[in-house]
Amino acid sequence: MTMSSDRAVPGPLGDEPDVETGLLRFLELRTGRAWSADTDVFGSGGLSSLFAMELVVHLERTYGVSVRGADLQMENFRTVRRMTDLVARLRRTPADGTGG
Amino acid sequence: MAAENATPATGRRLAVLGAGVMGTGIAALAIGHGMAVSLADLDRRRLDEAPARIDHQVRTARLMGALPGGREPGALVTGLSLADLMADGTRFTAVVEAVTEDPDTKAKVLADVSALVAPGTPIISNTSAIPIGELARATARPAELVGTHFMNPPCLIGTVEVVRGARTGEPTLDALRALLAELGREAVVVDDAPGFVTSRILHPMINDAARVVAEGTASAESVDRLMQGCLGHPTGPLRTADLIGIDNLVDSLRVLHDRTGDEGSRPCALLLEMVAAGHLGRKSGRGFYTYEYEGDQA
Ligand SMILES: NC(=O)c1ccc[n+]([C@@H]2O[C@H](COP(=O)([O-])OP(=O)(O)OC[C@H]3O[C@@H](n4cnc5c(N)ncnc54)[C@H](O)[C@@H]3O)[C@@H](O)[C@H]2O)c1
Repeated sequence: MTMSSDRAVPGPLGDEPDVETGLLRFLELRTGRAWSADTDVFGSGGLSSLFAMELVVHLERTYGVSVRGADLQMENFRTVRRMTDLVARLRRTPADGTGG
Repeated sequence: MAAENATPATGRRLAVLGAGVMGTGIAALAIGHGMAVSLADLDRRRLDEAPARIDHQVRTARLMGALPGGREPGALVTGLSLADLMADGTRFTAVVEAVTEDPDTKAKVLADVSALVAPGTPIISNTSAIPIGELARATARPAELVGTHFMNPPCLIGTVEVVRGARTGEPTLDALRALLAELGREAVVVDDAPGFVTSRILHPMINDAARVVAEGTASAESVDRLMQGCLGHPTGPLRTADLIGIDNLVDSLRVLHDRTGDEGSRPCALLLEMVAAGHLGRKSGRGFYTYEYEGDQA
């Protein structure tokens, strides 16, 4: 994991404004419409559930996290806020190399 | 390679030949259900990429809730040939061939497999269109060969078309049914014919969809939207073509055309041009559509 040593102690879950903004931009680019942080992206008129894996890959490539095991569930990717929470949590917990 | 990390003797282990779109997908299905897999491909690059591609597919299936919970993933061993994978005495529950859709290639692979594996081991061909009876001629024990047409992606499509060749034995079918049940797949058993049921119907339809685009009647998007919205097709024929791989689609159409004489199965010019240009669909990142991630992921 890449995390600078002088980084401030992480705030409460969801306190990752850059991640949230970045994800909203990514979704807008990919879908051609604006989203809010609490909209269910897989809800009616939303994205195909197959898009979820693209979101996983995007989070991993962009934020240097690894999503494995029990974290691989749709609920974690349903809204931008939940994805932001997940990134925040995974950044705090160093990868232990297990899971899968 | 094989000898270092194989776990022979106990447990169920599937051998998969061909580490392309379907070989990695079938391996992912088995691994996701806790079954060990030995995977062979003569293309070293394909083999090296296979673990990441399989991992991607297992993770996608897990995310979609398509795998049983609480099961340890099966182990993966890779090698350049089946003989390599068996060098340490490893034996298999069954062998699945998913090599290129070319009758001569498959005949040679199946002859090698039947010479190597223990009698009684079911040999499964994942051919899209070549009659099982035709392939059986290449094997030492035709009763042990059966067709099983997994669809792409195997982890996410619950039904498989099982093809009973004229000489396929009942014990082989029983063993296959048990294997498919273990993998959570529903089997529909049909008799042998070029393209069986699904490719016989789907492939000429995709060929026609490509002709419609080539003739300028509609864009690929419009064709797919109409087939989805009006006729309930899940993804549309041209998205399906990209998922299959345009090269494999053309190979399968040729197999069908050669054996049925049906002009609707003669691969149309647009499909041939796409193959020549390397626009193979998802696997190359571009086909009727472009793909940002699939080119290097799965
Ligand atoms: N793509 C699909 O959607 C789909 C669906 C159902 C069935 N099928 C069938 O599955 C089979 C594989 O198709 P695919 O799409 O995975 O093709 P692919 O081109 O992606 O992969 C074929 C692989 O076989 C390997 N190969 C070739 N000769 C070999 C040999 N002698 N020994 C070992 N490996 C060898 C190649 O190196 C390649 O990696 C074909 O029979 C195809 O018709 C494909």
